[in-house]
Amino acid sequence: MKVLVPVKRVLDYNVKVRVKSDQTGVDLANVKMAMNPFDEIAVEEAVRLKEKGTVTEIVAVSIGVAQCEAILRTALAMGADRGLLIETDQDLEPLAVAKVLKAVVAQENPDIVLMGKQAIDGDNNATGQMLSALLDWPQATFASKVEIAGSEALVTREVDGGLQTLGVQLPAVITTDLRLNEPRYASLPNIMKAKKKPLDTRALADYGVDAAARLTVVKVTEPAKRSAGIKVDSADALIANLKTAGVL
Amino acid sequence: MAVLVIADHDGAHLRDTTLKVITAAQKLSGDIDVLVYGEASAVAAQAAAAAGVRKVLTAESAELKADIAEAVSALIVSLAGGYDAIALPATASGKNVAPRIAAALDVSIISDVIDVVAGDTFVHPIYAGNALETVKTADAKKVLTVRPTAFAPVAATGGSAAVEAVAVPAVTLKTRFVSDEKVVSDRPELGAAKVVVSGGRALGSADEFKAVLEPLADKLGAAVGASRAAVDAGYAPNDYQVGQTGKVVAPELYIAVGISGAIQHLAGMKDSKVIVAINKDPEAPIFQVADFGLVEDYKTAVPALLKALG
Repeated sequence: MKVLVPVKRVLDYNVKVRVKSDQTGVDLANVKMAMNPFDEIAVEEAVRLKEKGTVTEIVAVSIGVAQCEAILRTALAMGADRGLLIETDQDLEPLAVAKVLKAVVAQENPDIVLMGKQAIDGDNNATGQMLSALLDWPQATFASKVEIAGSEALVTREVDGGLQTLGVQLPAVITTDLRLNEPRYASLPNIMKAKKKPLDTRALADYGVDAAARLTVVKVTEPAKRSAGIKVDSADALIANLKTAGVL
Repeated sequence: MAVLVIADHDGAHLRDTTLKVITAAQKLSGDIDVLVYGEASAVAAQAAAAAGVRKVLTAESAELKADIAEAVSALIVSLAGGYDAIALPATASGKNVAPRIAAALDVSIISDVIDVVAGDTFVHPIYAGNALETVKTADAKKVLTVRPTAFAPVAATGGSAAVEAVAVPAVTLKTRFVSDEKVVSDRPELGAAKVVVSGGRALGSADEFKAVLEPLADKLGAAVGASRAAVDAGYAPNDYQVGQTGKVVAPELYIAVGISGAIQHLAGMKDSKVIVAINKDPEAPIFQVADFGLVEDYKTAVPALLKALG
């Protein structure tokens, strides 16, 4: 069984987000970039399925600038077998990413596309669902547990009000939620080994996909800041203040 | 220009969320239809009574009731021809299906809309709410998810829209529903509650989480929430999580108990009207957004609060 894991290079989640003063976007110059945390969970889950013997090959794919190679090397160090970098300087929207991934799926024929439920930059939570629609595959989003039973994946999903378990026939798209697993840190020997694993680079144009932007960014601004209020010294004082504020 | 709003409901009650999405939709058009899918009969009348609704569409099937994305998406795509925009609530259910609809229609998705600037221009948060992006779409048909907390609800009564059943398209599903494990509670729903009491990792165990927060929530008629750390540690179910990847809430009063205030948690509650933080660490970042901070161990502070509330 083969798994395709798309991984995105994003601003490291520990880095403070700064909006550019000209309102054109978020400042990404000279800041630490890393693999999208939800994608790390997807890589980890694929590696665990391989360790169980369910999966035989894991292909990691990233679409973006040349530096995405570092993200793919991280996936390889975690246990992916092969990397594919589709290079472009264009900032692709979820629909365009889904179209490129559909073309990759046609070449690679995976049984499962396992990917993060959202990227922590755009927060769209869309690409997996879009890919699933374009492929006409079943989808199981927001997974907190994945079990493969023959030609079906049993996926427990984090939904409104609790959990839902679905059985999806493979091939399928599965997107990961936070509690699916805790990704491993790659060991030094594995980081060294990852440098020798195969990694192909292609140009976005090779895929002949319409990746044109549908959205124009008018501006990016900082949200209104909330200022710190006052410290109170007792529960009674707190209640009195809340009554004055009209919320009790 | 007409808008199709997808109702949020539990089979018996129309959620307040729907009324808020209608408000957002009204900024696009006066012609608003509401689709109630799943177990629709009781809810359709409530949707028809909401102010400003032109027509209520209902669709029922077992797959729709189980909220299987492929079935829901096929239904909405079958209706899309009559609308210029489709608006869903930015709930787990809405987020699950909206991008699928958008891809099937070959349009972009505009997620988590918090403001409608013009018919083609929307504001939505990115980077966990650390930045707000205004985007203009070139797509003729718009598919949006709307963050309910950003809009006031329309009146739940006063409307008298007609209710009409629509055909459910036949879909060969490759997905089967196995089971549901829903958290049953008499408390208000987290997303709609006027008061939310949330607990963090400081509470130390699932038993302590319950023992400390539930009496306070009961006293205040509040919903119970949790930080990601508390959910990850197993103190509270996943459905309680408030934050960037959990629920976004904006109640009148948010009480954070033993929550340090990680950025990802603040992203889910910083639009609350009044924020109270109870934490024994005076340096906890939660105090930077709290209107009222009480630097005290929750073990003494919460019982004192209960006593003061009488």
